[in-house]
Amino acid sequence: MKPVRVRGEGRFALFLLLPAATVVFGVVLYPVLRTLLMSFYKVDSAMPGSYPFAGLSNYAKVFSDPSFYPVLGHTAYFTVVSTAAELVLGMGVALLLNAPLRFKWLWRSLVVLPWALPTIVNGALWRWIDNGQYGVLNQLLGTEIQWLGSPFLALNMVIVADVWKNTSIVAFFLLAGLQTIPNELREAAVVDGASTWRTFWQVVVPLLKPSIAVVLVLRTIEAFKVFDIVYVMTGGGPASGTQTVAFYTYLQAFSNQLFGYGAALAYLIVIAVGALAMFYLRVLRQNQMAGV
Amino acid sequence: MRKFQYAMCGLLAIVVLAPFSWLVISSLSPADELNNGSLLPTHPTFSRYQDIFTSGTDGIAGTFRVSMLNSLVVASATTLISLVVGCLGGYAFARLRFRFRRTTLFAFLAIYMLPPIALVIPLYLALANLHLLDTQLGLIVTYCSIVTPFCLWTMSNFYLSLPPELEDAARVDGCSRLGALVRIVLPLARPGIVATAMFGFLLAWDEFLYSLIFTSTTNSKTIPVAIAEFTGKFSSDFGLVAAGGVLAALPPVLLALLFQRYIVNGLTGAVKG
Repeated sequence: MKPVRVRGEGRFALFLLLPAATVVFGVVLYPVLRTLLMSFYKVDSAMPGSYPFAGLSNYAKVFSDPSFYPVLGHTAYFTVVSTAAELVLGMGVALLLNAPLRFKWLWRSLVVLPWALPTIVNGALWRWIDNGQYGVLNQLLGTEIQWLGSPFLALNMVIVADVWKNTSIVAFFLLAGLQTIPNELREAAVVDGASTWRTFWQVVVPLLKPSIAVVLVLRTIEAFKVFDIVYVMTGGGPASGTQTVAFYTYLQAFSNQLFGYGAALAYLIVIAVGALAMFYLRVLRQNQMAGV
Repeated sequence: MRKFQYAMCGLLAIVVLAPFSWLVISSLSPADELNNGSLLPTHPTFSRYQDIFTSGTDGIAGTFRVSMLNSLVVASATTLISLVVGCLGGYAFARLRFRFRRTTLFAFLAIYMLPPIALVIPLYLALANLHLLDTQLGLIVTYCSIVTPFCLWTMSNFYLSLPPELEDAARVDGCSRLGALVRIVLPLARPGIVATAMFGFLLAWDEFLYSLIFTSTTNSKTIPVAIAEFTGKFSSDFGLVAAGGVLAALPPVLLALLFQRYIVNGLTGAVKG
């Protein structure tokens, strides 16, 4: 439904949007431009002052920085594995929540819980669960593994913690999509003799594609920006094995005071996230056109 | 099939509740039992909660209490401001036609998706110039810039799901545009407002990076930063961190449980566009 153009709508829209625009752009516009500018200068302290122009050398440095590639690798691994796991598990949970079961509110409330737990509390909790000496995970398994003691294992344990929390929101996204699929469609497929498995792949998944696409893009963006759970669970260690791009940027800017370099790294994240966001908007537009 | 589904629900309950129970159990275990491998404490203690509620602000426990209050003030104020400006602006996107409508909407969404790490350095310098570092106000101003685009987006989607005929009727009856919005649309949009407020509060409550950089003392330190700080310390008693974690989890968990039925509706808009 398209609103009809009426004289004076533009002014009313301005009146309605001005508070929001002030609150958002008043805060954000200056830092956005300032960071961009900073990424072209050799800024190596927090003090105001004039710093030498560096052109694109901060950006070039990213790609010749030997510690950047492993960091990019961790981020890619984290993003792909956590998003994939959250999608598969979230789909299972969403189907379960959509099924005609008793105590529906109870199962939904259960799924809400991890999502509501603050990320930092979640990270601190899993750090404690995974503790090699006193952790409950070793007690339950009867093992003596330093879960957060070796780089690759630690990265996977961070993923476990992230998946435990964020599968919830993926499940709710998919549930919102599932509820728009009329039950008759599935019942018709079953009447036609299709197995549950085939109904799922040939009826549910195609209709759910828009929701899946949206959730994939949103989770990928979030995963790509991941910072806080790494900060609290491992601090980027051991042996820098769990450093992600956002965490590495934080270290360069705030531990090494390389603000120019940090700004260039930050803008590379912006470009990557921007590309994903464009993709998201395109998916949304297709959904709108398909009338989903 | 049904049996399998109930079995899965049982499994789900275990997977969700086990870590939660461990958080609560750890917060109640005395320090010696925490480290000797017993699953259930034989002498549970509430002393850490007592410490958090009563001790001075120079220690860890007192810091948790003050940080909780900081978080409550910052998240509530952020939610309130963002909700008001979001309810107004969202209506413009949903119902009005004006130049640069799409561009404006995309600009807001782009801000929401920006990684905070890209803004934090200049924001830090700007807040320092305005003497707003380590203040609740500094955090509120910053958080509103993240939460507002989100509120705009969800409210706009919610307005779109309402029938426009009612406003048209109100206008025919001589109501002004603003009058129709306040008297007719907002009351109808209550479920959307509730869902948006809850999401916004959780977003603000969970924020970490800005608070980590902008706060340094109990003046404004929020609870995620206080918890992260003491988790990293070598000697700290995890039982105390766990008690702080339980308290930090209470507001968002209670809100989410209370308004659980609004969550799916709130998300439908983000999927449909």
